[in-house]
Amino acid sequence: MKGDFIQNLGKIYGLYTGGFLLFIILMAILEQAGVSPDTIGYLFVGFTIGIYALIGVLSRTMATDQYYVAGRQVPALYNGMATAADWMSGASFVAMAGGIYFGGYGYMAFLVGWTGGYVLVASLMAPYLRKFGCYTVPDFIGTRYGGNFARLCAVIVLVVASFTYVTAQINATGTVAARALQIPFGVGVWFGLAGILVCSMLGGMRAVTWTQVAQYIVLIIAYVVPVVWMSNKSGFGMIPQLSYGDAVQRVQELEALHQVGALKPTESFAGLKALTVPINAPGETFMDKWKFATLVLCMMCGTASLPHVLMRYFTTPSVRAARISVGWSILFIFLLYFTAPALATFTKLSLLDPNLATGIIGKSIADVNALEWIQKWSAVNFLQVSDSNADGILQINELFMRSGIVVLATPEIAGLPYVISGLVAAGGMAAAMSTADGLLLAIANALSHDLYYKIIDPQAETKTRLIVARVLLLGVGAAGAFVASLKLTSILGAVAWAFDFACSGLFFPLVLGIWWKRANRQGAIAGMVGGFLAGTAYLYYVHFAGGEPWMGIDHLRFGIIGMPVSLICMIVVSLMTEEPDEETQAMVDAVRTPRGGTVLASNH
Amino acid sequence: MATADSNHEAHWQRTKGLTITVLAIWFIFAFVVHWFAPQLNEFSILGFPLGFYMAGQGSLFAFVVIIFWFARAQNRIDEEFGVAEDADDDE
Repeated sequence: MKGDFIQNLGKIYGLYTGGFLLFIILMAILEQAGVSPDTIGYLFVGFTIGIYALIGVLSRTMATDQYYVAGRQVPALYNGMATAADWMSGASFVAMAGGIYFGGYGYMAFLVGWTGGYVLVASLMAPYLRKFGCYTVPDFIGTRYGGNFARLCAVIVLVVASFTYVTAQINATGTVAARALQIPFGVGVWFGLAGILVCSMLGGMRAVTWTQVAQYIVLIIAYVVPVVWMSNKSGFGMIPQLSYGDAVQRVQELEALHQVGALKPTESFAGLKALTVPINAPGETFMDKWKFATLVLCMMCGTASLPHVLMRYFTTPSVRAARISVGWSILFIFLLYFTAPALATFTKLSLLDPNLATGIIGKSIADVNALEWIQKWSAVNFLQVSDSNADGILQINELFMRSGIVVLATPEIAGLPYVISGLVAAGGMAAAMSTADGLLLAIANALSHDLYYKIIDPQAETKTRLIVARVLLLGVGAAGAFVASLKLTSILGAVAWAFDFACSGLFFPLVLGIWWKRANRQGAIAGMVGGFLAGTAYLYYVHFAGGEPWMGIDHLRFGIIGMPVSLICMIVVSLMTEEPDEETQAMVDAVRTPRGGTVLASNH
Repeated sequence: MATADSNHEAHWQRTKGLTITVLAIWFIFAFVVHWFAPQLNEFSILGFPLGFYMAGQGSLFAFVVIIFWFARAQNRIDEEFGVAEDADDDE
């Protein structure tokens, strides 16, 4: 039965994709027949979550290697899709196009960083960790360097980085659920968590893998369809990603016309921003270039150290498959990431171009306020039109928006049918749920496998271990939902922090564990503790204590402080202490050779 | 045993060489290109200003190509030194 499923993956997911497309068409027909938009939004979110829950329940398991690494039989292509869903969070889906809309060229550092990191994953990490045969990232640290303290340090860094990230994801599921189902945010958060847990509780990594593949299919369709539709409407053809160059140039003209950057907003509204940065204005100064490069570096090294990403490559059947799988992952991620700037550009064009029916800048305030989408999104605090200079005309510095609106409201701004908005809600939900699942599992697995089984009770039976794993999953999820319901930070601030925490504490201990035989336990501990503390202390200084950023290194880039400290501590302390024993060195040699089975036993 | 060791050593040297090449190309598309974005914007590609294009699409695509190329090249090295996994390991 098991083998059948793996062999029939193409058919199963082909049918699923066809079924989802049919569902979209059915919703479009219902809309035409007069069914209310609320009902359609409800059906979209309800139907997709129902499917994920079904997959989650069907994938239940009581075997450790199934629970922790999906039995190591996920083909490279499907692991690529699962990784892409695991990777692309609510922030990528909801906030990225908006980020480019507001941040212009500078924001695209995230695009470069969040894709280029996979080159590091492929060349430095994934194949070697796969060969090692660990269940979790701290499992590698603990075995390579030896000793419970090193393992514990890795668990702590993992928990801090992933927990920062997961609250943002649960927050996003809550936001989407609240909007689509018309429930309060506080309830939406717990509803979102229930959806997330039903996918992972019973089947661990195995269930998360197969739901993530399903979630990728939903989220990529939901992201690309509206953009292609908009592009067609405005005459840019079927593959807008290749043809929006003219739109960029047109937007640059319009931005000059509307004095983007010159007109500063004179009022402010909590959580909302007016457009002040042109789409294509890379800075000329050293500081601008340095800020771009440092953000890229932090995001890349963070990508290569985030455990929920790395652990996806533990599930492939071979080292070779792990490498190819990184290629598939980035290809699937690329499909969304190269669409985001196109979406930001089209949205800008529709709002700024006075020749288009959708253009609102330069129109009279009364006309703009009469538009349905303006009223609808103002009512939920995503948007504010304010005639600051009281001339009755809407200027660029009088339109205030939340960045998520670019994705969420685009279908309405461009006048697309409501069915597309429902689709986008389902996509945002899929993106946030899939990432939250991966993160919660990474945290709970580190706590159950590394902390409970390896450190506290090595004699625990399989059944007990898997029950503990699930209880922890529930506990961590509830803690995440609780923190999310407090709404402490904006989505993106927190997301960038997760990358900085991860690269400060884990990047060098992981890389050098494979690439430097001389690296030893003391060095790794110094690297993890030193880098993590230095990064965290700097974050505190620059973000909470109101300190002046040094060399333009703000709270988004604190990995630039953590990583060098980690590297230096690790090298100096390793060299000052004894070199690792022969057994450890042989282990490193085995990791570097693809042939010959995993270093750790398959059921450890 | 000596030959096994030297084979292993040679395999690792080639692997390191490939990794360094990959990282060098990565460095160009990750950092160098974007450092000169204002100058690149003077040129255009497919109707895009080139500096914008590289950050919004060009570098991203380069990363995709690099990784697939790396996976193939590393496989060839593994096979050459006889340390590749058996073909049926992929199932």
